[in-house]
Amino acid sequence: MSRYFTDEHEWIDVAGEIATVGITDYAQEQLGDIVFVELPAEGTSFEKGDDAAVVESVKAASDVYAPISGEVVETNSALEDEPALVNSDAEEDGWFFKLRIADASELEGLMNEAAYKKFVASL
Amino acid sequence: MTMLKEGRPTAPQALNEADTTPATATGNRALMLEEALIFEIGSTETTGVDFAEAPKVVSRLGNLARTDGIGLPGLSEQETVRHYTRLSRQNYAIDLGLFPLGSCTMKHNPRLNEKVARMPGFADLHPLAPQSTVQGALAVIHELAAWLVTLTGMHSVAMSPKAGAHGELCGLLAIRAALEARGDARSVILVPESAHGTNPATAAFCGYKVEDIPATPDGRVDLEALKARLGPDVAAVMITNPNTCGLFERDMKTISDAVHAAGAFVYCDGANFNAIVGRVRPGDLGVDAMHINLHKTFSTPHGGGGPGSGPVVLSEALAPFAPLPFVEKQGDKFVLVEEETAEDHHGQTFGRMVAFHGQMGMFTRALTYILSHGADGLRQVATDAVLNANYILRSLDDVLDAPFGGSGPCMHEALFSDKGLAEGFTTLDIAKGLIDEGFHPMTMYFPLVVHGAMLVEPTETESKAALDQFILALRSLAERAKAGDEALKGAPYFAPRRRLDETLAARKPVLTWTEPELAEAAE
Repeated sequence: MSRYFTDEHEWIDVAGEIATVGITDYAQEQLGDIVFVELPAEGTSFEKGDDAAVVESVKAASDVYAPISGEVVETNSALEDEPALVNSDAEEDGWFFKLRIADASELEGLMNEAAYKKFVASL
Repeated sequence: MTMLKEGRPTAPQALNEADTTPATATGNRALMLEEALIFEIGSTETTGVDFAEAPKVVSRLGNLARTDGIGLPGLSEQETVRHYTRLSRQNYAIDLGLFPLGSCTMKHNPRLNEKVARMPGFADLHPLAPQSTVQGALAVIHELAAWLVTLTGMHSVAMSPKAGAHGELCGLLAIRAALEARGDARSVILVPESAHGTNPATAAFCGYKVEDIPATPDGRVDLEALKARLGPDVAAVMITNPNTCGLFERDMKTISDAVHAAGAFVYCDGANFNAIVGRVRPGDLGVDAMHINLHKTFSTPHGGGGPGSGPVVLSEALAPFAPLPFVEKQGDKFVLVEEETAEDHHGQTFGRMVAFHGQMGMFTRALTYILSHGADGLRQVATDAVLNANYILRSLDDVLDAPFGGSGPCMHEALFSDKGLAEGFTTLDIAKGLIDEGFHPMTMYFPLVVHGAMLVEPTETESKAALDQFILALRSLAERAKAGDEALKGAPYFAPRRRLDETLAARKPVLTWTEPELAEAAE
């Protein structure tokens, strides 16, 4: 399994044809206490860059984009009752949704962990 | 002569020592009253009124008929009046002091407006009254419409939208109707970062795809980025001018020309019209549609607690698509043009936005405000609003970071950021501190393009003395936050409630009252 990062502060774990998507620890820290997460319906298809989910903190509501194209096969329903999971464990239990990857070549432009760390340090 | 030695003391004795405020048995503190919930004062077992026995009726609601009580507490008239009066004393109001909420234009409500709005000839009308009996009310709508068209330099106005966001919806529906009429389906609306948050929401609600246009470092629309994005798929650009950074979009005419050349329309969010009324006509800047918040620019902020009113001025290109109804003068009579009468010369209307005519109470207040100021007075309104905001900006830019302070004067609101506060201190601490200082906090964390934004709009109705008092308070708080005064993090100390846990309130909101016994049993 390999993990990718986007400059929109999302992470993607790829296992076979399924990609798990969440927001990074840096993102949750910037957003502050998260109070609500709106997840897409299973079966929805997204183009890369589409608005896929909404995360609301005490500060603001932010869109979560589909980092690659694909169809939603599963969402993390635990977030509906426990949005604080995104704060406490953004990069594991706080995942948002899983996509069936439509075009694996879209992963090519994304960052690895080292590159993302460098990107965050530059902000 | 006899002298009474043991009299009533007339001077406080040694009461100024620290921490001498004892608890009271009731929780009340003189005029700071600890008020319970209405359910805790009244009881469902009692009633404050004595109704005659209701006649027996046969319910036709089937199994939808209510079978048990509705659980409302019974209170006497006096208990009810006291409850709401006590609560109102815990509130802050424009009649109590300066209300610096940026973007809200919290100006004074002239009492003359209220007097006129309450005249029985306006206040007691029925919306279905025959037109021949409400000629005065129709004349008010017609005259106000003429003022709005004149002040904005636009072709016509749709009076019925009931608030700013409703006006945005009206404008976009007119734009969509105009595009459809020429067989030109377009899917994208461009919204700059410096626009009001309702703009992208309205565009999305109308089914458009929203794309952001970045801001320049001096807080304005990036003209080159906008021009680069224009194309045959763009239906409209929504621009707030003056924008939410309190700055005038200097390139507005160039933007409009570029947008029109691309076959698209310009929607202008006119919520901040107070800063330019009488000085700039949006029609001259190439605007196609703009809502005017009557309840900002023309007094009665927040609609006096609601409702507001958001008429939309329209360019000649959009006018044929305006919603019904509207008032026309035919001979010496005022006539309401509605569905039945629109066919002959208004057949392209996109429809209707409200059941009746719009917000009559706001129409009378706004027209009273306009007529009592006159054209020269309205011009002075804009001048003084901008002067007051710049007075605040320049009085505080040595202690608070003013992100766009270097790009010249601001318009009607002064914008500060949290840059330079001590580690761990935030805009929220300053806002809570303002409560202790006796002010409503400013708008905070908006606009989003500025970190820890504090947006202060004093309006033109505040005196220099009132502005100085506010500046004194904000300066003191800024200095405390920069010096790392830990006590500030505990503010407010003197409000009916201390700092609330907003996260818990958002995550686990308690929205209904449950009887204590039931709540205990449920646990």
